[in-house]
Amino acid sequence: MNAFAKSFAVAALAASVALPTSIGQSFAATPADTLVVANRIDDIVSLDPAEIFEFAGGDLANNVYDTLVTFDPAKLTDGYKPGLAESWTVSADGKTYTFKMRPGVKFHSGNPVTAKDAAFSLQRAVILNKTPSFILTQFGFTADNVKEKIKATDDMTLVMETDKKYATSFVLNCLSATIGSIVDMKTAMEHEADGDMGYEWLKTHSAGSGAYSLRGWKPNENYVLEVNENYWRGAADMKRVFMRHIPESATQRLLLEKGDIDVARNLSPDDIAGLSGSGDVKVEEDLRGRIMYFSLNQDIPTLAKPKVQEAFKYLVDYEGMANTFLRGQYTVHQAFLPLTYLGELKDKPYSQNIEKAKALLAEAGEADGFEVKIFVRNAQERLEIAQSLQNIFAKVGIKATLEVGTGKQILGAYRARKHEIYLGAWGPDYPDPHTNADTFAHNPDNAFEAKNTGKLAWRNAWDIPAMTKETEAAVQESDRDTRAEMYRKIQADHQKTSPFVVMLQKIEQTGLRKNVTGFYTGSAVSSVYYWTVKK
Amino acid sequence: MLLSPRFLRSVLKTVATIAVTFVGLLFITFIIGRVMPIDPALSVVGDKASEEIYQAARKAMGLDQPLYVQFFYYISDVFRGDLGTSLLTARPVAEDIIRVFPATLELATIATIFGIIFGVPMGVVAAVNKGRWPDQVVRVLGLFGYSMPVFWLGLIGLLVFYGVLGWVGGPGRLDIFFEDVVPNITGVILIDSLIAGDFEIFGNALSHIILPAAVLGYYSIAYISRMTRSFMLEQLSQEYITTARVKGISEFQVIWRHALGNVMVPLITVIALSYAQLLEGSVLTETVFAWPGLGFYITAGLLSADMNAVLGGTLVVGGVFVGLNLLSDLLYRLVDPRAR
Repeated sequence: MNAFAKSFAVAALAASVALPTSIGQSFAATPADTLVVANRIDDIVSLDPAEIFEFAGGDLANNVYDTLVTFDPAKLTDGYKPGLAESWTVSADGKTYTFKMRPGVKFHSGNPVTAKDAAFSLQRAVILNKTPSFILTQFGFTADNVKEKIKATDDMTLVMETDKKYATSFVLNCLSATIGSIVDMKTAMEHEADGDMGYEWLKTHSAGSGAYSLRGWKPNENYVLEVNENYWRGAADMKRVFMRHIPESATQRLLLEKGDIDVARNLSPDDIAGLSGSGDVKVEEDLRGRIMYFSLNQDIPTLAKPKVQEAFKYLVDYEGMANTFLRGQYTVHQAFLPLTYLGELKDKPYSQNIEKAKALLAEAGEADGFEVKIFVRNAQERLEIAQSLQNIFAKVGIKATLEVGTGKQILGAYRARKHEIYLGAWGPDYPDPHTNADTFAHNPDNAFEAKNTGKLAWRNAWDIPAMTKETEAAVQESDRDTRAEMYRKIQADHQKTSPFVVMLQKIEQTGLRKNVTGFYTGSAVSSVYYWTVKK
Repeated sequence: MLLSPRFLRSVLKTVATIAVTFVGLLFITFIIGRVMPIDPALSVVGDKASEEIYQAARKAMGLDQPLYVQFFYYISDVFRGDLGTSLLTARPVAEDIIRVFPATLELATIATIFGIIFGVPMGVVAAVNKGRWPDQVVRVLGLFGYSMPVFWLGLIGLLVFYGVLGWVGGPGRLDIFFEDVVPNITGVILIDSLIAGDFEIFGNALSHIILPAAVLGYYSIAYISRMTRSFMLEQLSQEYITTARVKGISEFQVIWRHALGNVMVPLITVIALSYAQLLEGSVLTETVFAWPGLGFYITAGLLSADMNAVLGGTLVVGGVFVGLNLLSDLLYRLVDPRAR
């Protein structure tokens, strides 16, 4: 063996022995003014803020566009703050909102941000009528009236008139959603084709005033953001953001440990556990909006018995699931509003108590148990939860079979009220408590023909005239604290009386290089922020 | 001769067969796409959409039409080169495929080169040493190639050569800072960077492709070496080999020139098939290495009920198979006079 081969063999041996630790030592580091993120971004189908409705697209829009009303990333629980609108007033009847624009703000194109751009953007979102447009149209705007209802009275003043009185916080929260992004009218209209208000062009380009502009996007591959040196909050530290679509957790972990990326957003519990020993990497946790629940179809007499419903709530092994197979990716939560939302309810009245469940079933006349089907989609985490439920139900004689299927089969059955027990997840659509209250606690017409498939209360045939009224009242209450209190009450009732067993809320675990600070994923109410990041 | 009527007739026959195969392929992919238990309309509007928006989406996508009407529209669109719009990228599927295919082509080509460089000599050596230890070594290596999950092999490769040793680039086709630096001409970065004269990017691309191509190529090494071995064994038992040996031609000449020369013809078919398989079978490799190619595209499409993308991708894969079959058929005729 010559000297070279010898030293090579020694090096290889040393490397293989040192394998677990040496990966942590970075060979390469990303440039100090550049943030490189790995994430699954294959849900981006459009970059037009009037159409974006999924996570990765929302993340991008949150950094490229500004909204009239926004959040302080470091204090998300404080609620909305002035954004492109410097201030606002609400008329005495609660229907007219007058926004004063922040002076001196410019779009990436150099055009000034005016009230006309704001009016154009909101009108545009209503007229284009893409999936998230309901967030605006629920205030009575239609393609026909929106140009009257939302208009600029001068360059700095935007006036918006809703069809009835709504809670101020509700209106402002909705304006902070992605659909409320303010688009550069001049740039968008320069690219208009066939009266589409720049839709085809904006699907793949950006025209915002945010901290970053879009330099390039390759679907399912990557996008690159370039800093906006004239940003009204001050130019961000990270001059460029590279986002790379890496679907595999193990691959993300390797890149992170190697220092080729700064942030890994989809690490599995195994890879999170594997990271804990590494000195160059840290893990941060943040609550997200996704709620895991199961619900009982009220068209089935057995499942409509209140005592049976209560028994189910005492059967679930909440802590056990969160601590074993869900390993830090979910936390126990039992109310329909995600934690960190206005009106959050932290009470967790239920814990596993099999004796009590047995007694409740006996009171309901079901002491011998019954047979039931759990409808669940064939996704790993949901199947594990379903199996846990199945095992526990068996202890009190409830023989549950799993009806496993694809999204089409399971959601199809759910939307047609053909399920028995449905196990699934729900995420809020915009940062206001009405989003989930409307779904879980509002059912104005329980008739099958009403086909209110967007409402979970309807899907479970749960007829609730009183709670429906309470939900309608809460969305109109102008005092923010009173409103929060109303939602707490509705949720407390819902916990006790509903056929919904809310079990868990999602926790997002992010892997970061040690030197990355100020990376906010946006919690349950918002999207990720890049302009706060420092290295 | 080369363009004899008989040759032309047989080519025409092949082309006709291909056309029929293609229509059949269209039909089958269409049917599979439609009976699959995923709902493209639901995946467009999302779980939360109202019944009204959901039905409107079904109508807009033509899903409310009878199946034969949908098939008719599909066929006529395909013949106009329109593969529909992808739900996932909101762009025409044809455009998407043109964008992602070069990545797969690049990967599969390098992998096949690996397969030929290592597979053919290994097969020859195994055949010549039938039953002795070189044969066993080749067999074991081949067996490994067949039985090792590509996913696992890829990850281990990454861990060792990228994570620990740092010899090769990580996942992706380039370091992210090099993305979009050279102009996209062919879509094959190794070629584009040479056209641009940027050797740094060429080197970077090479360091990224070497590992996934080796992992992918390992499978074709296994296949090609096994086939080479059996072809060679057949040739080595022929009379002309014995004759050659008796004539005193060197053993090297006998094996590498005479025998291998005659094996070349069926080998072309084997290599072409293996190449086609790599072009479509690189799904897992592309996933592990975050390689944005066709396999990646089809998988992502499948997972999000993006049937236009899946059908378009499948069609291209089918086309590649048919095309390479045709090509190997033609080469076969050219190389082997008896087949003309």
